[in-house]
Amino acid sequence: MIYQGKKKIWADYQKEIPDNHWFYVRSCIRQNFFPGAEKMFLEICKGLLKKDFYETEHHTTCGGIAYHCDTIPQETVMTIVARQFALMTEAGYENYVASCITSFGNYIEILETWKEFPELETRIREMLWKACRREFNKPKYVAHASDLIYKYRNEIAARAKYRLVNRHTGEPLRVVEHIGCHYAKMFPARGIGGAEYPYVLCGMIESWGGNVIDYPERRHCCGYGFRQYHVKANRGYSLSNTYKKFESMEPYHPDFILTNCPGCPYFMDRWQYVIAETEGKTYGENGFGIPVLTYEELASLVLGYAPWDIGLQLHQVAVEPLLDKIGIEYDPAKKYKGLDEKELMKPELPGVLRCC
Amino acid sequence: MKENIVIIGGGIAGLEAAAQLLDLGYKPIIIEKNDHLGGHVADWNKLFPDMTPANDVVSSLVARAADANIFLNTEISFVNRLNDSYNIMLSNGISIITRIILLATGFSLFDASRKEEYGYGVYDQVITNKDLEHWFNTGDDPRIGDCAMNAVGFVHCVGSRDEKARNSQCSKVCCITAVKQAIELKQMFPESMVYCFYMDLRMFGKKFEDFYISAQRDYGIRFIRGRVSEVSENIDGRVIVKAEDTLSGKPVKVTLDLLVLMAGMVCSPDSTKVANMTSLPLDSDGFLKSRDNIADIIDSPREGIFYAGACTGPKTVPETLAEARAASLKIHLYIKGLEK
Amino acid sequence: MDFGFRISPSSAVNLDNVDLEKFEELHRIEPDVYKCMACGSCSATCPAARFSGMSLRKVILALQRGKEKEALAMMKNCMLCGKCTMVCPRGINTRHLILSICRIYKEETK
Repeated sequence: MIYQGKKKIWADYQKEIPDNHWFYVRSCIRQNFFPGAEKMFLEICKGLLKKDFYETEHHTTCGGIAYHCDTIPQETVMTIVARQFALMTEAGYENYVASCITSFGNYIEILETWKEFPELETRIREMLWKACRREFNKPKYVAHASDLIYKYRNEIAARAKYRLVNRHTGEPLRVVEHIGCHYAKMFPARGIGGAEYPYVLCGMIESWGGNVIDYPERRHCCGYGFRQYHVKANRGYSLSNTYKKFESMEPYHPDFILTNCPGCPYFMDRWQYVIAETEGKTYGENGFGIPVLTYEELASLVLGYAPWDIGLQLHQVAVEPLLDKIGIEYDPAKKYKGLDEKELMKPELPGVLRCC
Repeated sequence: MKENIVIIGGGIAGLEAAAQLLDLGYKPIIIEKNDHLGGHVADWNKLFPDMTPANDVVSSLVARAADANIFLNTEISFVNRLNDSYNIMLSNGISIITRIILLATGFSLFDASRKEEYGYGVYDQVITNKDLEHWFNTGDDPRIGDCAMNAVGFVHCVGSRDEKARNSQCSKVCCITAVKQAIELKQMFPESMVYCFYMDLRMFGKKFEDFYISAQRDYGIRFIRGRVSEVSENIDGRVIVKAEDTLSGKPVKVTLDLLVLMAGMVCSPDSTKVANMTSLPLDSDGFLKSRDNIADIIDSPREGIFYAGACTGPKTVPETLAEARAASLKIHLYIKGLEK
Repeated sequence: MDFGFRISPSSAVNLDNVDLEKFEELHRIEPDVYKCMACGSCSATCPAARFSGMSLRKVILALQRGKEKEALAMMKNCMLCGKCTMVCPRGINTRHLILSICRIYKEETK
């Protein structure tokens, strides 16, 4: 691997990201999968870095899942998105940041489509007006939330309590980064680092002290693939894609996987359990799996937030081996205690995948 | 004969034209930006289909053109159009008034790193056709030969027939070059598996098809019809190539010790630069536009400006030499016409 | 545990794992087998093709991709009429080739 060659490509795909004043929209599903991630994003950006991030309870789904599952036409998605832009306009913002990769891809795709077919934009404006009497300005800038954590990565590093270093060996942690397909594959110039060698997560890992692993199936889909998972007859394909990735990364012994998409961490986390049950195979050390983190969770960890406060107990794959490597303290007894010591109940433990 | 003839480019087209014009009694001027003559062919090792040493071709051309006025390390600073002639200012401060310019500016090799999915410049074991020729010439490249060489792959059409790379043209010589290089590697490493990933094989030239049959039959080179879609590196530094075997309709995957990208020909920025200075149009394929692509390929639309070789599109060595000879004769007749 | 779905087998051919020992043996006897350029003349003219799926072009390819069973299933339908030999532009003695394939691969099929 020629690192300089990658740096050259990364230099070609940098984008200007406004530093402040963002209209933030959540993902439909992340709050169920990784409930701490979005909360921590706002906590870091607003609370810690004192940036202006605004969100509204009137925001809905962007329609991306239905669109990618082929259950609603594109005009419908466009009208839904137009309404989100109207919310942004009404709130007085011009910079739009999405928590979800598919939303991000959806917004970019729609804006590009309107650029090519202005008559379609006019029609959507009419439809929005008929539907809910709203009007909108197009955002000046659309970012994915990982772009912002990337932008703030060095500020985070400066305040970090922990580095991504194995405290037993002193070696940098080996990190697999996985980028959601809709981040840059459709519009490579819109992703930091482009589509073949995205830099958005690599930048965070490097800034926080880890080493990035480049393994053969790095660019492969996590396996979610919308219809692959949501249609049960296809679910084996979803699992197979994830399996392919794990088989490919296995020889590198990654310490954890970092992701920037709602679906990817979920499927790479949960399918490790299914692979363990069906194939009897686990990919971490001593029967554990490979922990999968979102970039917000990782930022929170290096900043010193407590693992159980940021929702890591909701991961299928136990994160404790990773916490031990970094040297993050935690109380095992409190794993299944929520905020204010609320009892969350203990899950049943799987038979093959070691989880504690 | 006092007539100045300026030949821009000291590759094989410029040299052959100069040699012919010398034979016709003129004293042409060759302007070459590099420190040596011979252009791309000087970087090559052997030429298809008879494995002629490239050096023999170049050195004989250089010898035949030796009496020309040759400026090495020299570029064109600007060109002014005068009444019936051109004033060419060179980077060495010399200016030349001439009524005749022969553009022999050739081509540029497509920058293979632009096809990011192939990882040239990112993965150690991915090289280009030019890198391989350089190794044939010098033996100096740690990427080749130091590894096991159990399996080697060639990717045809890198930056050719590629609308996304904005080069829709076929570069003509890569198919046969891949076959040639595959045979050469197989001769050096008889135990290795050599794969060629192609979209079509365009074996148009004299004895090209025989060469291809020999690659198949005598050397056992495996031709897989499918464009490589993605290259990655595995843990021991070898490259994994993904393609579709379109003849069976199945995806194929293979691990290789070396992957050679057949970078195609694109219009040289030097051609474009001189074209801008002399208000010459570009054709829709990005190369210099001829007065007519069938009858007048060596004529530019501008009075007194002629073309030879790959500045008007991808060409083989014999095609380039033939054009250079034709251009010399054309120039000779043009001067005769001026003298009347 | 049965989830109602499982890892699907991959249809991709991994050339790293294809055992070509038999094909090399075939190649020693039939050097011309490599000359096939997949033009399809043999299959287009084959009287068995449209009823049985026989295609000598596909057989040659399948053997090189390690899909011997698939190849030999097709071969069973060959009637050795010799039409493919007549049309092959590369002059491959397909009739002889077919007989050699049968001889070399036959034990495997039983």
